[in-house]
Order: sequence, then C-alpha cells, then structure tokens
Amino acid sequence: MPSLPDVMTPALETLAPAGQPAPAPQEANRDALVEWLLRTGDNALILGQRLSEWCGHAPALEEDIALANQALDLIGQCQLWLGLAGAVEGRGRTADDLAFLRDAGAFRNLLLVERPNRDFGHTLMRQFLFDAFHLELLEAARASSDPRIAEIAAKAWKEAAYHLERSADLVVRLGDGSAESHDRMQAALAALWSFTGEMFTDDDHDRALADAGVMPLPSSLRPAWDRTVAQVLDEATLTHPGEVWQQGITDMGGGKRGVHSEHLGHLLAQMQFLQRAYPGARW
Amino acid sequence: MYAQLVTTEGGTPREGMSDQERAFQERIDRNEKIEPKEWMPEGYRKTLIRQIGQHAHSEIVGQLPEGNWIGRAPTLERKAILLAKVQDEAGHGLYLYSAAETLGVSRDELLEALHSGKMKYSSIFNYPTLTWADMGAVGWLVDGAAIMNQVPLQRTSYGPYARAMIRICKEESFHQRQGYDIMMKMCAGTPEQKAMAQDALNRFWYPSLMMFGPSDKDSVHSEQSMAWKIKMNTNDELRQRFVDQTVPQAEYLGLTVPDPDLRWNEDKGGYDFSEPDWSEFYAVIAGNGPCNAERLGARVKAWEDGAWFRDGLMAHADKARARRVAAE
Ligand SMILES: [Fe+2]
Ligand SMILES: [Fe+2]
Repeated sequence: MPSLPDVMTPALETLAPAGQPAPAPQEANRDALVEWLLRTGDNALILGQRLSEWCGHAPALEEDIALANQALDLIGQCQLWLGLAGAVEGRGRTADDLAFLRDAGAFRNLLLVERPNRDFGHTLMRQFLFDAFHLELLEAARASSDPRIAEIAAKAWKEAAYHLERSADLVVRLGDGSAESHDRMQAALAALWSFTGEMFTDDDHDRALADAGVMPLPSSLRPAWDRTVAQVLDEATLTHPGEVWQQGITDMGGGKRGVHSEHLGHLLAQMQFLQRAYPGARW
Repeated sequence: MYAQLVTTEGGTPREGMSDQERAFQERIDRNEKIEPKEWMPEGYRKTLIRQIGQHAHSEIVGQLPEGNWIGRAPTLERKAILLAKVQDEAGHGLYLYSAAETLGVSRDELLEALHSGKMKYSSIFNYPTLTWADMGAVGWLVDGAAIMNQVPLQRTSYGPYARAMIRICKEESFHQRQGYDIMMKMCAGTPEQKAMAQDALNRFWYPSLMMFGPSDKDSVHSEQSMAWKIKMNTNDELRQRFVDQTVPQAEYLGLTVPDPDLRWNEDKGGYDFSEPDWSEFYAVIAGNGPCNAERLGARVKAWEDGAWFRDGLMAHADKARARRVAAE
C-alpha cells in the first residue's frame, strides 16, 4: 500500500494530551487472564481449523454438515475469546492479529487439539475427549466472577453441550458397532490418551486465577471428566487405557506453555499463509 | 448449469398420447405440481432423476474447490463465512438427494453412479481454485449462474424439486453476495490483490458461461424437458441473462471481462459476447478437465474411507434392535 495520508482519521494528538497516550488501566492478574483467554481461544481455533479440513471429505453428507457446524461454532468462540484476550492485553491486537500473526511458540492450545485428523475415528475420539473437558471448563467459566468471561462462556456452553452429546453418541455407536469400528475407536483412544493429562495440569497462571476467584483450577475439573469418559467408554465397550505416561505435563513444556508438537507449525503455515505473504493487506 | 447436459427421454407427441398421458400433460400446462405418489410417464421420471441427481452431485463435488481455501482463509470472519457457505452446499446436496428419493432412487444408488462415472456433475467444479480471489469469483460467478438457473426452477412441475429449489435459492443469494464482497475487497486492495481478482475473472469467465450448457441449436430434446416444465428456459436465454447481469458488476469492480468482442447491442437490449470454446466443454465433461481426477478421486476416497464408519453405525443399529427385541 502506498502510504498516503488518511484524511478520515482524526489526528490522535488532538484527542489525547501531547505525547502521552493514556495508559490502559492495568487489570488485576492481567498476564494470567491473557494466558487463560489465549489458551481457551487457541483451543477453539486450532480444533476448528482441524475440523474444517474434513470439509467435503467426510464419510457421509450428514457428517460433512455436522463437522462444518462444529468448526463454525469453534471459530465463532475463538473470535470472542481472542478478541477479549487482545482487549485485556491492551496492545491493540485484534482476534485476527492473534490468530494470523503469532508464531507457534506463542500459541497456547493443548497438544490434543493439534493432533492430525487421521481417520474419522481419531477425529471423533479427539472431539469426544476434548468436548468432555470443554463442557466442564465452560460450566466453570459460566460462573466466573469476571462477567466478560461468564458471558462468552454462557454462549459457548450451549454449543459445547451439543458437541459432547454428538461426539459421545458416535463414540458409543462406533465402539459398540462392527468389529472394525470397535478396533478403530480403541486404536484412536490409545493414540490420543497420552494427550489428555495436559488438560488438567495447574500452573502459576491457573493458580493466580483460582486465588482471584476467576476460574477454578484445571485439576478440579478432572473428576467430572473422568466420570463422563469412564461412562461413555463403558457403554462403547472400549477398554479404558488406565495409567499411561502423559505428554506435556512436565516443567519442560506442553501446549499450554507454547511447546508444541511438529504438527502445529504446519497447521499455522497453512492457516496464516495469506496474512504472511501479503502483510497489511485487507481482505 | 448444475445439471447442464441432461439427456431427456423422448416423450410422446400430443396426438399419440394415451388419455393418461394427455391428462398428465394438461396438468403441467395448468401449472399444477406433480407429487411423488402420482402417475407420471416413465420418461418424465427418468429425466428428472438424471437432472436432480446431477444437480445433487454438483452440490457435493462443489464443496471441494472452495473447501480448498477454508484452511487458508485470510481472516476469522472470512473463514467462518466460507465454512458456512460450503456447509450450505452440502445441505443442498441433501435436499436434492431427498427429492430424488421420492422418484424411487436411493442416495446410495446415485452416489454409486457418480463414483463409477456414469453420472456427471457440473463441469465448473473441474477447474482449480488457485488464489483467494477465486473464492470471490466462484461466489460471484458460479453461484450467480446457479441462481440464474434455479430461480425459474422454483416453478418446476415436480413438487419436491420445486420446494427444494425454493429452500436452496434463499441461501444462494447469500453465496453470491459473499463472493462479490470478496471481489470488492480485492479490487479496492493492493495492486497484487487487484491482479488476483482480474486473474480469477479471466480464468472463471468462460467456464461460468459453459455452466448453462451447450447452445440451443446443439441441445438435444430440450423441448421435451420444457414441455414437462423441468427446464424453464433455454440455455442461451439464461446465458444471455447472466452476461447482461454480470458485465455491469465487473465494470463496477473495475475489472475487464476477458472477451474482446463483448459489446452492448442496443437492438437486442443485451450484450453480444463470444461463445466459450465448446470443445473444451466436451473435454471437461468427458473427464479431461484440469481437476476431474482430483475431484472425483476425492469423493471416491471419502466414500471408501468412510465405509467402516457407515457399516459400524449400521452394525450398532442392528445390535440395538436385537437388544430391544430380546428385552420385549
Ligand atoms: Fe448450492
Ligand atoms: Fe451456492
């Protein structure tokens, strides 16, 4: 773009005292809040991106529609969470800036949601394991003392409840379906299970928000998730994987702290391509 | 169009019609709707199955060229709009397969015919989407051409087809608007964006004109389809309307339609324009377009890879039924 003066933009210096832009009021727990909003928004964004890869390739027309619908819900949620993250952060970044202009290390999503789609069984199992967590998280967030969080969570909760209903139902039907569908669902469960522990780890940011009464600790969501998962796996005639080494829960990393799998970089390379190739263009 | 080369079964000339056939034709002439359980000539039924089936296949294959850019949509809002649009197309496929089912053909049978190459889908979806501007051009031109064809089909003689068209048309205008909106943004953007928009128009112009099917003089049996009111206008009429509507829209964008012979003809009150290269059209229909192998291959792969999923659900339904019976 040639840098022509934009005559429609009011001159900032006439609006604010000379040279002194008013600093945004510092929020209590700002860093922890931004972290939590990025984690929640990035989960929605990355999983939405993954689901949209199925568009036109699903095993039945009804599934094409259902997955696109979930992807749409998740992209919509991510716009709200990331929009709020940018506002709280106070550096003028929009939801789009956060989605398209951060590198992998600045993403805060769980390792689980960046797992590749593989077969439809993996996609559904990943969805179920996440939905069961997501619903508990949003249930807690609906009761947050921060009204901005509570408001977004109330809307997202309804969608997550429907997503869980659907993914749990399909896990049951395919687990307790044909021999092949059972085996595929069991294999998907085995492949994904070691990425579930990260959902319930607590770190300093989590503790700061818990102390402030904004959000309960992630670890406190575990019992309800365990119950849902055990019940659905049982009904699906799938074997619970039991105690398995969990990825991303040591001090060395995990998606919540920006240490991702190799998969995320490729996902972002695709997702961010246009914004990176044509910096500053408007679409 | 989405059904652009439908072979029409021969009908019976009016003088040779049986009483039943004559009564049927008279109902159509009075603009009465024919409903599923009612008597209809076999040729009418077969032609409709071909036409609705081809239309349905076009909707689902049509997910692919735009699906190609969902992952790369440049903003979250554009991603959401494109997802919603492609999801609509899948929904259109669903309505149309249901309409075809009322004529006694199952969705699986129709898909089998698509996968084996026995049935076709619109030639337009065998062209690649190479840049983001193609999302604009597809919405503007391809959905625009679809609307041109489908609005009259809301009055088609077969009730379930007409009702499917009414639902579909409501959504198509949103599709066209989002496409044109992308074009407006691109044309008001950087020189590179504007160039992408022009390039997209260059590549999609003639393939869009082909969507209406061959010229009237080469359309076989099209009068019979018009007598049955399953085709409401001739191919050339619709193509002319499309050009007349689209040229001013291109001018508004500041884009050049890639046709040196395009000019306004005061006498006919429409544009004169060049015909697309029909040998290319027949080559694409025959399977030799730039993306035929990818498009059909992707659909076949989705179907085959999904077999275990569909079988698994059936197996579960059988088990559940058996358990219910055992419990009684
Ligand atoms: Fe459509
Ligand atoms: Fe459309």
